[in-house]
Amino acid sequence: MVSSTAMAVVNGVANPLPADPRRTLLEWLREDLGLTGTKKGCDHGQCGACTVLVEGRRINSCLSLAQLHDGDEIETIEAIGTPDKLAPLQRAFVTHDGFQCGYCTPGQICSAKALMQELADGWASAQTEDLTARPSPTPEELRERMSGNICRCGAYSNIIAALEEVIAADADHQGTVA
Amino acid sequence: MRPFALDHAASTAEALQFLDDGATAIAGGTNLVDLMKLQIATPERLVSLRRSGLGDIAQDGEGLRIGALVTNADCAADMQVRENWPLLAKAILAGASPQLRNRATTGGNLCQRTRCGYFYDTSQACNKRDPGSGCAAREGFNRIHAVLGTSDACIATYPGDMAVAMLALEAVVLTQGPSGEREIPIAQFHLPPGDDPARDNVLEAGELITAVRLPAPTGGVQIYRKVRDRASYAFALVSVAVDLTMNEGRIARCALAFGSLGTVPWRDPAVEQVLIGEAPSSALFAKAAEVLLKDAQGFGANDFKIPLAARALAATLNDATRTGKA
Repeated sequence: MVSSTAMAVVNGVANPLPADPRRTLLEWLREDLGLTGTKKGCDHGQCGACTVLVEGRRINSCLSLAQLHDGDEIETIEAIGTPDKLAPLQRAFVTHDGFQCGYCTPGQICSAKALMQELADGWASAQTEDLTARPSPTPEELRERMSGNICRCGAYSNIIAALEEVIAADADHQGTVA
Repeated sequence: MRPFALDHAASTAEALQFLDDGATAIAGGTNLVDLMKLQIATPERLVSLRRSGLGDIAQDGEGLRIGALVTNADCAADMQVRENWPLLAKAILAGASPQLRNRATTGGNLCQRTRCGYFYDTSQACNKRDPGSGCAAREGFNRIHAVLGTSDACIATYPGDMAVAMLALEAVVLTQGPSGEREIPIAQFHLPPGDDPARDNVLEAGELITAVRLPAPTGGVQIYRKVRDRASYAFALVSVAVDLTMNEGRIARCALAFGSLGTVPWRDPAVEQVLIGEAPSSALFAKAAEVLLKDAQGFGANDFKIPLAARALAATLNDATRTGKA
């Protein structure tokens, strides 16, 4: 049973979790809370279109049951920027043509935001030679770290260019500019 | 998804009670929820382990105890793991995507289903999903399937990376269940299909993985080489985990495990015996591969895995014995 007090904070607002345990986090965000910026792509954790931040970490919201998020703080694309006030990552995606149809873009942006925090935290990737050294944001590292987000329009090289620009502007890799 | 009840365990003891009552454990859910959507897994009751107190990494003598609920991302980011058991961090980072590694857990990863496309396709025969229905893979598209440890009933390969590294590192799976606590060497944890492919591991009903214990660091050169169809976010065609120590130009100690080659994470002590005490050479590596693959059986489209495994083994041993780098 879900406790009647089970809540999650979405973009700063506390919301009661859904009563049906089958509801995925993605469905809850989209269907119940109306936050349709987060997209359903494959619905099986393969494409990354549903990526949101939970407690600052990127996850596939399609593979997570909403009721498992009691007490969690969740951030979706709606809280990252607005059409009038784009976040640096969003501006860079526009500048570099980091999308064509745009369907994967909210997931790409959420993923990229978390990626910058992971770099700031010194997390290694499969491309990192020295696991204990601070990783440098080479194109190989960025491609590896974005591999959980598929773009069927094939804007990958422009997405990497957008990330490189934002990361260069955040030279201390403190994860604060995204 | 079929309807189910979801309970939230507030402690390990409470989780065990729910399991004893027939509930299925859910941690990150990255594999289970996927299978529930396809109605391949249809549990009537789930118990969430999130608050069950199994989320810590702690020193254990000279070894390390990784709680079952530690996420794959946190395990790979842990500085003790990175410094002393780098093979484990490398294998985890070679698997899945960052999003999945943030949800997937140590215990859940060990329990991911050994599976193939026919297991996922409910219109096809699959002895693992539907015991007695047959195996569509034997005569079907079997490019990714196992060449070692197969049976008439099932040829699916164990697809994971983390357990392959744990096998080379001689990890121990710690469990609690109705008959008390068990310490299961990881080499005995996964089960080859035999005539009961529906069962992937030795966990009994009501038994829960609480942690994985890594023994003291070996200080060896540790490499995880994953050969796959694309550079990232794909299952291995073949993977090789090695933990090796050289002494005066000879291989003094060597642990080797293989992923996506067998029906379980694969380790063969006879292969290591070929290598230990010898000076590295192409001929020696070829001999090791011959021992590894002497009983290998392809099913047509996956025949290539046999020479691929031999080459991946030679390349990994070459790196480990000569450069010490992947």
